[in-house]
Amino acid sequence: MSDQAVSLPPATIGREALGPRGPKPRHTFSRRNIFLYGTLIVVALYYLLPLYVMVVTSLKGMPEIRLGNIFSPPLEITFEPWVKAWSQACTGLNCDGLSRGFWNSVRITVPSVILSIAIASVNGYALANWRFKGADTFFVILIVGAFIPYQVMIYPIVIILREIGLYGSLSGLVIVHSIFGMPILTLLFRNYFSSMPEELFRAARVDGAGFWGIYLRIMLPMSLPIFVVAVILQVTGIWNDFLFGVVYTRPDTYPMTVQLNNIVNSVQGVKEYNVNMAATILTGLVPLIVYFISGKLFVRGIAAGAVKG
Amino acid sequence: MSKSERPNQLFRNLNAKVASIPMILTALVVFVGGTAWTVLYSFTNSKLLPRLNFVGLDQYYRLWSTPRWLVSIENLLIYGVLSLVFSLVIGFVLAALLDQKIRFEDTFRTIFLYPFALSFIVTGLVWQWLLNPDFGIQHVVRSLGWESFSFNPLYDSSIVIYGISIAALWQGTGLIMCLMLAGLRGIDEDIWKAARVDGIPMWKTYLFIIIPMMRPVFITTLVIIASGIVKVYDLVVAQTSGGPGIASEVPAKYVYDYMFFAQNLGQGFAASTMMLLSVMIVIVPWAYLEFGGRKRV
Repeated sequence: MSDQAVSLPPATIGREALGPRGPKPRHTFSRRNIFLYGTLIVVALYYLLPLYVMVVTSLKGMPEIRLGNIFSPPLEITFEPWVKAWSQACTGLNCDGLSRGFWNSVRITVPSVILSIAIASVNGYALANWRFKGADTFFVILIVGAFIPYQVMIYPIVIILREIGLYGSLSGLVIVHSIFGMPILTLLFRNYFSSMPEELFRAARVDGAGFWGIYLRIMLPMSLPIFVVAVILQVTGIWNDFLFGVVYTRPDTYPMTVQLNNIVNSVQGVKEYNVNMAATILTGLVPLIVYFISGKLFVRGIAAGAVKG
Repeated sequence: MSKSERPNQLFRNLNAKVASIPMILTALVVFVGGTAWTVLYSFTNSKLLPRLNFVGLDQYYRLWSTPRWLVSIENLLIYGVLSLVFSLVIGFVLAALLDQKIRFEDTFRTIFLYPFALSFIVTGLVWQWLLNPDFGIQHVVRSLGWESFSFNPLYDSSIVIYGISIAALWQGTGLIMCLMLAGLRGIDEDIWKAARVDGIPMWKTYLFIIIPMMRPVFITTLVIIASGIVKVYDLVVAQTSGGPGIASEVPAKYVYDYMFFAQNLGQGFAASTMMLLSVMIVIVPWAYLEFGGRKRV
């Protein structure tokens, strides 16, 4: 497509007067631009379509859904499906809506995020600045362990949690999230702390600061960005989890994703697509808000987690 | 602590060791211990409760003669090839398009990446609705006048896995695009200038110069995609619950169902060990290349 821009004869290069860039000024509506932006816009529409359909469906009444087309905007906007999804939708015998799952998810996510980041940041700090014999071995096991399918470790963890009496409780799930968040977060923090100037650490040691002193007074205040990245990573990851929620909690402590799936895929009753879509948006709302607010940091989080690996 | 003449090797750096206890426990007890435990018990005939009653490879024979497992494996292969090929191609093309110094790059990137913030459950349910034969895309196209139009992947057992792959690609390509974009940004601008001076067409530059230079990025991306493929579970649960019939079952779901519903733990362990094995086939060569090579440097 754009090779015409390139195929100018080498003779033009000799003429310094034209500057190094050659034939830069081009039409805004050149074929290249039309192709480029056209493709991007079409793809962007495709990516936005499901979100649009979700929102539109959730604002329609059931009669309108049965008659119409899923892409058409609602003729009559109603918020009833949202209210119903939040406070009346049924899972099994409970008919108190998604709100229960929402609060369960909050009670799972908040402690899990705090605990997993606390553990992983200290681990990363120990690995970066206080290497002890064998530390790297454990770290490699941890990283390789991140690739083991969860299904392999699910049942042993059930047994461990049952032994310590936490199976089925929210605290049990918090521990599970901290365990499985550890590899990626430890990697993130280790890399970050390793990139900090060594002299800083040495100076603090000379001044007599110990392990925790340096961590709390020097490392922690200097590494706020990476903590924000870790929080973003963990909030979205834990909120979106389904497998651990369904394995390690009971129906009354199910996180939002599990409850959502039970509401939408329940076989009894008439399907209320508008309520289902409202419930789906409600569940996706928290990570979406995190995503749109965090912007570049979100990208940095996944890139740090992925490319560095 | 009683017999201390000079600081014992064990107590050097004690704080760091204490602080690393969670990591050490996770690595040894959960990752190594848990994996070994599951592999060991996959050779037993555990039913409702794990019991050490060894039956050799019986569970594996049974596994590979269960139609549902074979369907799961076949689905995983199709799903895997589709996700691998399409997410790499689409991800790279989108990244290359975004790398053309375009306007509104951030907006486009935000749009392409937002599905990645959504859970597989949400993704599966949205696409279940879009692909609903009575209300979704098929219905809309038919009501536009094309009466014989048929696009009903979720209720057609021969193509249901493609319906799931569409949803998975929608959710995951944004991530691949971001990784690729980061890789493209890491390429020296002078390479482009040199290629331009030599009059190499842009597509050739990408194909023969840039992509080979991005090998490390491709390998990491490949590993990420591959380990995600094996784990696919929630998406299937949300979108089709494995149906119609057993047409869209996947291994992860087989494991879960046998462990927690069918109360046939041995089968579940054998199936999860097979999953582990398939991951190892991908990971071990990669880890060897990545870390084995680094040691020599």
